Amino acid sequence: MSEPGAHPVSRPFTRNSDLGKRRYAPAEPMPLCWTRNGAVVELALGREPCNEIGSEMLAELERFIAELDVDATAALVVHSTVRGGFSAGADLRELYRGMVSRPVGEQAPAVAEFIERIHAVMDTLDTLPLTTIGVVHGVCFGGGFELALVCDVLIAERSARFCFPELRLGILPGFGGIPRLRRDVSNAVVRDLLLTGRSINAKKALGCGLVSQMVPTGQGLTAARAVANQATKFDRDALATTKRFMKPIPRAELDEEKRHFLRLAAKPALREALAKFVHSDDLRPYLP
Amino acid sequence: MTSSLQRLIELSSTRYGKDATTMKAEDDVFEKLGIDSFQAVELMSELEMEFDIEIPDYELQGVRSFGQLAAAIDKRR
Repeated sequence: MSEPGAHPVSRPFTRNSDLGKRRYAPAEPMPLCWTRNGAVVELALGREPCNEIGSEMLAELERFIAELDVDATAALVVHSTVRGGFSAGADLRELYRGMVSRPVGEQAPAVAEFIERIHAVMDTLDTLPLTTIGVVHGVCFGGGFELALVCDVLIAERSARFCFPELRLGILPGFGGIPRLRRDVSNAVVRDLLLTGRSINAKKALGCGLVSQMVPTGQGLTAARAVANQATKFDRDALATTKRFMKPIPRAELDEEKRHFLRLAAKPALREALAKFVHSDDLRPYLP
Repeated sequence: MTSSLQRLIELSSTRYGKDATTMKAEDDVFEKLGIDSFQAVELMSELEMEFDIEIPDYELQGVRSFGQLAAAIDKRR
């Protein structure tokens, strides 16, 4: 199995190995890579610099979902192999490039299409009839935070830091983050995170119920594999039923969030904020 | 040198393998340590856990030096 921080260029042999259809030569960095060991699948996010979620990552997530043999899977571990963290969120540079290169009339439909597709991915991951375990180290911001929130069990390494900085860009989280965050933590924390744009560390995340385990640096994948192993022991129908019952999909809120996001994203504030971000040389552009 | 500044310098020195005797209060933290934005995020988590505090990011606007960062830490202790 791949270790944290390592690029799985050469995959170890596993029984019932299912490497998917390789689109990349082994020496090329891969945005996503997945391996199977029996009933456990591990999905490694490996797009430098920090798993920014743009068209490439979205397409790879869609491909992963299409190829995942759900019936043969009891647990899915989602983790990152890049040093910077789990994911820094939406690919803001790609979003900005799209805005400056497309005619005005084509921008909103392009954003809307992306939002529909990413929501479909998030909803599918959120409702998989198996245990999903997210391992977070380093940066887990914006859309990356939203990807983590679809996981059933979140394990944070000591370095993990969570943030919704969207207000800085004149928008709110658009990948389903607010309804899912409200599912997990108190409204006081939700308001603090969203209305200040501040980030919180792993200890705080554990304390407020956002993550259920905090582990030392480098130990996240080991802890996740132990959780995944538990899932392989349980009756699939019982596990899927339990998950469906206790983890409802906030459908109405998700649809409302989409509408709010698309309205705000069409305003000039987003483009201005993106321009500032793209042209900034600030070491900490994420500061609210 | 305040105790917070001293602990901050010691932690930074250990974490990033830099000589603590070369770090001064007025030095830019990020330039001195040679860290990138992701490492800056990790540093904040380490400091918060070391001092058992939370430092909201908006309180770090304009904070660049070891001295300024130590002062931000002291505000929360």
